[in-house]
Amino acid sequence: MNRDYSLNDNRLETRLEDAKPLYSESEAKIEANRCLYCFDAPCIKACPTGIDIPAFIRKIASGNIRGSAKTIFRSNILGASTARVCPVEELCSGACVYNDLDHKPIQIGRLQRFAVHQALALEREHGRPLFTVAPPVHKKVALIGAGPASLSCGAYLALEGVATILYEKSDLPGGLNVTGIAPYKFMAEDALNEVNWLKKYGLDIRTGVEIGDELTVSDLLKENDAVFLGIGLGQDTFPGIPGEDLEHVFGATALIRRIKEDPGFELPDDLHKVVIVGGGNTAIDIARELALLGVPEVDIVYRRTEAVMPGYRHELNHAREEGVRLLEKQTPVRIEKAADGTLDLFTEHTDTKESTVHHADWIVMAIGQKKFAADIVPGLDVDEKGRVVVDETTRRTSVPNLYAGGDCINGGKEVVNAVADGREAAYAMIKSWGLQPVNTAEKPGSNSHG
Amino acid sequence: MADLATNFNGIQSPNPFWLASGPPTNCGEQVMRAFDAGWGGAVWKTLGVPVVNVSSRLAAVDYSGNKMSGLNNIELITDRPLEANFKEIYAVKKRYPNHAVIVSLMMESKAEWKEIIQRAEDAGADGLELNFGCPHGMCERGMGSSVGQEPKVLELITSWVMEYATTPVLVKLTPNTGDILVPGLAAVEGGADGISLINTIKSVIGVDLNTLVPLPNVGGQSTNGGYCGPAVKPIALYMLSALAREPKINIPISGIGGIATWQDAAEFLALGATSIQVCTAVMHYGYRIVEDLIDGLSNYLDDQGMKSVTELIGRAARNIKDWGDLDLNYGVVPKIDAETCIGCQLCYIACLDGGHQCIHTRQNPCQAFHGESDHGANPRLEPAPPVMHKPDGKVHENVPFIDENECVGCNLCSLVCPVPGCITMVEIPHTRGKESWNERVAKGLG
Ligand SMILES: Cc1cc2nc3c(=O)[nH]c(=O)nc-3n(C[C@H](O)[C@H](O)[C@H](O)COP(=O)(O)OP(=O)(O)OC[C@H]3O[C@@H](n4cnc5c(N)ncnc54)[C@H](O)[C@@H]3O)c2cc1C
Ligand SMILES: Cc1cc2nc3c(=O)[nH]c(=O)nc-3n(C[C@H](O)[C@H](O)[C@H](O)COP(=O)(O)O)c2cc1C
Ligand code: SF4
Ligand code: SF4
Ligand code: SF4
Repeated sequence: MNRDYSLNDNRLETRLEDAKPLYSESEAKIEANRCLYCFDAPCIKACPTGIDIPAFIRKIASGNIRGSAKTIFRSNILGASTARVCPVEELCSGACVYNDLDHKPIQIGRLQRFAVHQALALEREHGRPLFTVAPPVHKKVALIGAGPASLSCGAYLALEGVATILYEKSDLPGGLNVTGIAPYKFMAEDALNEVNWLKKYGLDIRTGVEIGDELTVSDLLKENDAVFLGIGLGQDTFPGIPGEDLEHVFGATALIRRIKEDPGFELPDDLHKVVIVGGGNTAIDIARELALLGVPEVDIVYRRTEAVMPGYRHELNHAREEGVRLLEKQTPVRIEKAADGTLDLFTEHTDTKESTVHHADWIVMAIGQKKFAADIVPGLDVDEKGRVVVDETTRRTSVPNLYAGGDCINGGKEVVNAVADGREAAYAMIKSWGLQPVNTAEKPGSNSHG
Repeated sequence: MADLATNFNGIQSPNPFWLASGPPTNCGEQVMRAFDAGWGGAVWKTLGVPVVNVSSRLAAVDYSGNKMSGLNNIELITDRPLEANFKEIYAVKKRYPNHAVIVSLMMESKAEWKEIIQRAEDAGADGLELNFGCPHGMCERGMGSSVGQEPKVLELITSWVMEYATTPVLVKLTPNTGDILVPGLAAVEGGADGISLINTIKSVIGVDLNTLVPLPNVGGQSTNGGYCGPAVKPIALYMLSALAREPKINIPISGIGGIATWQDAAEFLALGATSIQVCTAVMHYGYRIVEDLIDGLSNYLDDQGMKSVTELIGRAARNIKDWGDLDLNYGVVPKIDAETCIGCQLCYIACLDGGHQCIHTRQNPCQAFHGESDHGANPRLEPAPPVMHKPDGKVHENVPFIDENECVGCNLCSLVCPVPGCITMVEIPHTRGKESWNERVAKGLG
């Protein structure tokens, strides 16, 4: 339990550069002083965890770094990773009033990164913890998975004096924060350092334990006061076309995981062209990663149009700057092995039904991930898309004492949504035992002293 | 976390942060919300014979894009019935027994003072503050700063109040006076339990250049008002420290004037204030600023290893001396960090035109005449090649350098430099010992 998690340096992801580096102190001060300290600020409303953004920014400006970081952590205990992985253009910064002044919006993610980074450095330097863990309340909670949702839920519970154990089937905790996030935003070891920090506040993580085999959800429900399901999504789904099982056809998250985690993994020198199937952010991410790692030709083929694609516009713009092409209205039909050993992807135009052949060295499927919650929890209510059904405020599922959050309930959103779910589930558990949380903010925007 | 509880000569509050008398303390509903937000005390909007206030009544100075660095007002005391005020004071005290409610008062005759003190204390006031500071309107009626400026009258009225009051009494001083020690000592002589300062500074804040009506505009005319907000803080700090250094001022002081952040508050405490009062910053941002005031101050106290806010009080006041006692042999020179310098040359132009002509650039010969050591005629360009390699690979050739022999160590360059930590003032080592002006005079030297 006390082992710090770490990784081999020899990973492909380490060759990519940080797109938004840490602010220097003067950059942070200038940016912080630009914030208007709006009342009822739109940026707060746009943050799924409801961080009191103007308050933490004002504290950067006033030089109260510890206070600034605590304001962040009380609402979002994964403030270190969300500062870097959140699509702020779509969330807080996208809502900043400066957009209406036709001015560059406040760079909230970068300010958050600065505050958290400085405060954690101070914490290490002075050995004075940011939070005081509440005395034990004699409650036990088991959490399944150690991704953002469970880490958030578990950390808040630990801070409230609850005994928590996280069971993680992989050898490393962190979920997609470690295995999935694009490296130019956030590297796997930073995600692990965040987990190492949380462990200091009492998180007990058991890696290499898959719930469902020997230990089941029913066992955990029997032994604990509550159980939290934070299992995320499963393996990449494939379109079900002939040839998809050929060599050099990959699932996107599996490939990204190798780039991030696998020591010694290299792209072949003669990898010239990769075709990616999909239209979401995972498709854009793997496209950008391959382009930045030097693959000369990267195409995304998507069955509908740019206007309706779920991937973010700002991400697609970056991808284009890096040389990625988007081909619209192409539905994959089959894959064949070409005479020279490369692959041919046959697509059909969505309207004209015209056929196109895409030659590629590799093909990557980025069309979604499996939902498997119902497989490991008998009797659990899931919706038609396989998402776990929960109560909106408490994150309670249909199974008594079982709570859930993160990708397994929303079908795949952002880390920050998983963090919000985790916090709100923790809050609801504490309240259900008749206790009053001391380190956990109640709901988005609620602001108290601490 | 450090203990912030404050005892101001018998007035208890959970922290030293009080709202100053003014619009934020107009009514009970406001004060209750303020206490919920975290304020430790409130000085109620001055009560007296209710007046009629004018419209408009506020105007502000914006500086470099920052709103309200100074605020001017021509508001008088409460314009609400006394009955209503006392009822609300009673309700507030009932609901918040541990917070401090100090009632600010302004009256004319002895009989009037007696009555209003009685009513304020019956309503549950924890203390009284005598408004001898308002510099507009009320002084034309013989009250406010016209009392604060007349030490004899101030002492007399204070002594009347002390006859009747059973709760601690603070005298609120006006800064509109030649020597703040005079009214300060008069308050002590009159028997006051504490002093609060400063009230606003007599001011005309500006002129609307389209209409040529000064501000704030009341039907095409204006009047002088009272100035407050961040701009007045240094004046308040001086007055506070002057009182704190005077041994005969043996009563606690409540510091007011331009406090907006926890650092401001900490400076007031360090210069001798026992409690802090805030008006303008709350008018600007709301009660919510108290969260960072409390949080920032307690983090600071923790960092300093201080267990309680009382440990900070007056710690800096003892380091203020008369000019004649300062060490004439002490000296500093600036050092420019070429790595972080952005080459804006603000330090260069400041020293050339507003200082002592001792910062030079590598590109241009010095334009100043230096007498015998003139390097205007013999341009002294530093021989070494330009230095700085910024992390981003940019090379700045315009990093200036300092002629340390010419430098008088005034600090100006370090004040104008926009890059934090780029110019450091470094002490010049010497072996001459310490010598002050007063010591030189005593030795018969000039
Ligand atoms: C390629 C990619 C890029 C992304 N980029 C971003 C981004 O830039 N910004 C952003 O905000 N979000 C991004 N996301 C989304 C984000 O990663 C997820 O929303 C978030 O990680 C969800 O957290 P979670 O805890 O619900 O699930 P996960 O992170 O998936 O964690 C679930 C964990 O549970 C474990 N687990 C599963 N089943 C069991 C079991 N039976 N027993 C024990 N353990 C189990 C898994 O091994 C895993 O560690 C990205 C997602 C992908 C796929
Ligand atoms: C609009 C306004 C009204 C005020 N009214 C009073 C008052 O009734 N009684 C009083 O003692 N001071 C009054 N003041 C002065 C404040 O209490 C305080 O002393 C002064 O504003 C300096 O503090 P600040 O810089 O925090 O505003 C008033 C100030 C303003 C801006
Ligand atoms: S909307 Fe923008 S300016 Fe306003 S508080 Fe939020 S970050 Fe600051
Ligand atoms: S601030 Fe309020 S009271 Fe003052 S002019 Fe504006 S609306 Fe009226
Ligand atoms: S003011 Fe500071 S940053 Fe500007 S030139 Fe001088 S030393 Fe360099």
